[in-house]
Amino acid sequence: MSVNPDYLKEEREQEWRVVLRSQKKNKERTDLVRVHMTEVDPKIRVQSNIEVNQGLSEDDAVNEAQRCLDCPNPTCITGCPVEINIPKFIKNIERREFLEAAKVLKQTSTLPAVCGRVCPQEKQCEAQCFYTLKLKKEPVAIGYLERFAADYEQKSGKMAVPEVAPAKGIKIAIIGSGPAGLTFAGEMCKRGYDVWVFEALHEIGGVLKYGIPEFRLPNSIVDVEIDILKKMGVHFETNFVVGKTATIDDLKDEGFKGFFVGSGAGLPRFMNIPGENYIGILSSNEYLTRINLMDAANPNTDTPIISGKNVAVIGGGNTAMDSVRTAKRLGAERAMIIYRRSIEEMPARVEEIKHAQEEGIEFINLANPLEYYADEKGRVKQMKVQRMELGEPDSSGRRRPVPVEGSEYLIDVDTVVVSVGVSPNPLIPSSLPDLKMTRWQTIEVDDDKLQSSIPYIFAGGDIVRGGATVILAMGDGRKAAASMDNYIQNISK
Amino acid sequence: MNKIVKKEFFSENVVRLVIEAPRIAKARKAGHFVIIKCGETGERIPLTIAAADKDKGTIDLVIQRVGVTSRKITELEEGDYITDLVGPLGQATHVEKVGTVLACGGGVGVAPLLPIVEAMKMAGNRVVTILAARSKDLIILEDQMRQFSDELIIMTDDGSYGQKGLVTDGMESVIKNEKVDLSVVIGPAVMMKYASMVTKKYDIPTMASLNTIMVDGTGMCGACRVTVGGKVKFVCVDGPEFDAHQVDFDEMLLRLSGYKDIEKEAENKYISNKCKSR
Ligand SMILES: Cc1cc2nc3c(=O)[nH]c(=O)nc-3n(C[C@H](O)[C@H](O)[C@H](O)COP(=O)(O)OP(=O)(O)OC[C@H]3O[C@@H](n4cnc5c(N)ncnc54)[C@H](O)[C@@H]3O)c2cc1C
Ligand SMILES: Cc1cc2nc3c(=O)[nH]c(=O)nc-3n(C[C@H](O)[C@H](O)[C@H](O)COP(=O)(O)OP(=O)(O)OC[C@H]3O[C@@H](n4cnc5c(N)ncnc54)[C@H](O)[C@@H]3O)c2cc1C
Ligand code: SF4
Ligand code: SF4
Ligand code: FES
Repeated sequence: MSVNPDYLKEEREQEWRVVLRSQKKNKERTDLVRVHMTEVDPKIRVQSNIEVNQGLSEDDAVNEAQRCLDCPNPTCITGCPVEINIPKFIKNIERREFLEAAKVLKQTSTLPAVCGRVCPQEKQCEAQCFYTLKLKKEPVAIGYLERFAADYEQKSGKMAVPEVAPAKGIKIAIIGSGPAGLTFAGEMCKRGYDVWVFEALHEIGGVLKYGIPEFRLPNSIVDVEIDILKKMGVHFETNFVVGKTATIDDLKDEGFKGFFVGSGAGLPRFMNIPGENYIGILSSNEYLTRINLMDAANPNTDTPIISGKNVAVIGGGNTAMDSVRTAKRLGAERAMIIYRRSIEEMPARVEEIKHAQEEGIEFINLANPLEYYADEKGRVKQMKVQRMELGEPDSSGRRRPVPVEGSEYLIDVDTVVVSVGVSPNPLIPSSLPDLKMTRWQTIEVDDDKLQSSIPYIFAGGDIVRGGATVILAMGDGRKAAASMDNYIQNISK
Repeated sequence: MNKIVKKEFFSENVVRLVIEAPRIAKARKAGHFVIIKCGETGERIPLTIAAADKDKGTIDLVIQRVGVTSRKITELEEGDYITDLVGPLGQATHVEKVGTVLACGGGVGVAPLLPIVEAMKMAGNRVVTILAARSKDLIILEDQMRQFSDELIIMTDDGSYGQKGLVTDGMESVIKNEKVDLSVVIGPAVMMKYASMVTKKYDIPTMASLNTIMVDGTGMCGACRVTVGGKVKFVCVDGPEFDAHQVDFDEMLLRLSGYKDIEKEAENKYISNKCKSR
């Protein structure tokens, strides 16, 4: 997918944009300072699940939108995996056409309210903004503005339900209701297909619901989008494990013509070090699922959670940050991140690291767990970590951590959350022996069409990429919908 | 939502529910289980599919009250609905004709054993079944088991029914009398540990069906992990059945007790709230 430069130019030459540009000199625009998002005070926010970022006011959003130079060559767009027409939506905010801005977002992104919150903007759109590249200044707050426009639309009560083409009477099945599956569902529904989403869990939303916590992405934001899909006519079947409850072949016999696998990378990895199965050591998936999906921290639910006073979270990604900040909110006195590289190498979003620091999370960097020790009841009580130092860059370009001999020491812990990565979910592949897989156990697909080795099966999101991002999963959903539509039209000719 | 079409008490604390679940009834095989959740605030717990009727589209669950969730489920009545039910999960039992199968069930482990006994019999094996419990009123599914067993032995700790003794005593006496080719043991973790020590002594291949704590049941959380042959396995997707001689039962026993205190507290709270509201 590539945006057509002529089209961008044409849009940029629309009269309202020309007028808007002429209202302020570029110098005036670049002199403005980047907006600050209102955040709940760290001391208060760690006592509840309240969303940390409170969003922008209308005036703040308009001011920030004025910073955007409406560049003739908007490099920001190249940083966005789904190539949102960034200046177009921002300029609509500047002229206070907020619903119009939301519409621009919706043309390419199904879940802008989600992406505005969770995209790693500092590595994507904002990294390619003219301000970052040429002016060496803070980039336009594209993510905040995206969230603003999407929230405005949600709150306006004027959520547009996309138009749906006349029913084709062709049934399509989607496996998994994460961002990839939801996006695909919306796109196929618009094209007039009879769309069914099968989800293994009892809730729709994938990682957006069971993984990312309420204080970063409220469930209500996701639910609004799911409601729209329902209104469009998408059918949701929860508690349905494809490959178990029914196989793809069974569903094919029931008349489904195409399948999209968006089953994610839900399998937790452990480190396989001594003592890792002691009580109190759990995967971040288990920890976050208990809290987010099962609401275990609420005394009125039946699911229990153990969360101690000294909590160590192993890892440096978003999942680790989410776990450690959750631990703090559950009352940990010491909530620690233990990561084998330095803070600069952490894959987590920069904003989450900053928020975690404000909340009093302890960062123990350049340290790696070696072993756990338990009390007589088998409950973890201590861990041995080894100091690391950074050596030569490895294949990922990051400097490789090397153990420092003789630097081992003990840390008291009563809960450990292991957050060292996930692997692709094997449920679908194991029920389809003919499906071609890569050596990383992801589904092999054609890069352009996202079609698998079985022609009527398409796939996208984490099951194809390994652990990636929400926006990439959504982009895949869109792309796969276009190519499945093509495929089905061709075979039915 | 799945409707309960029949409810029957096997003993004071053990209930059989027949539940409408046509897809699961069709897809399930011996050894499979479901995850069920009761009410919006309920927890997810695993239960074995004890039997199924493809034509009627129903599955049977046999549930023993041990804590809040199992209690809530046993308090449901005919016509009520289960909020969430998903399955069939896990790997099906590997069933083949091996000769003589010694099937041992302890406590509520008898429920998951039933479909395996049935499948083993259908595959042409001679099946000797031992049912063990603390006392007579805790013996369940005796008639159903008898139907698929060539021989049925009942053991009670207190001797109130069948022979007096532990399941291991019954096993020893069978093994001394005839050649056993395969043993299946299902019950509380302690029972499986000692039962598999017996068969190990006689070199009899043995499988155990593990009842670890689970959350999702689809391989996503790792709550159910156990060590088998030195490797970490997830019971919900790799199991629930494993080579009993390779299972680290001591670790499993510890892990099972992980939430004991919280669960006990929760149950007491649930019971006292109920009493108050009456
Ligand atoms: C804690 C956490 C924090 C994260 N933070 C960020 C962030 O800040 N920014 C960001 O961009 N990304 C983040 N990510 C990554 C991002 O969430 C994922 O890349 C994205 O959700 C992948 O989407 P998906 O649709 O491929 O799969 P998922 O969201 O994983 O959804 C897959 C769904 O498929 C279901 N499923 C699996 N197998 C079957 C089956 N056989 N039958 C039926 N259903 C099935 C699963 O239950 C699940 O609901 C985070 C991930 C985690 C875990
Ligand atoms: C694959 C599988 C199949 C199962 N099949 C059945 C079945 O057919 N019928 C049935 O009655 N039960 C079965 N179980 C066990 C059942 O899931 C547990 O009894 C149930 O989760 C207890 O929930 P609770 O809230 O009622 O009790 P809790 O409050 O969670 O626990 C109460 C007490 O039981 C102990 N306990 C908790 N979970 C287990 C467990 N998994 N095994 C043993 N003790 C436990 C706790 O330590 C505590 O002391 C199965 C378990 C697995 C993993
Ligand atoms: S979707 Fe993500 S990367 Fe694209 S513009 Fe929005 S915040 Fe930036
Ligand atoms: S690069 Fe930055 S300033 Fe230029 S259009 Fe994009 S957001 Fe606006
Ligand atoms: S129950 Fe979650 S992985 Fe097995």
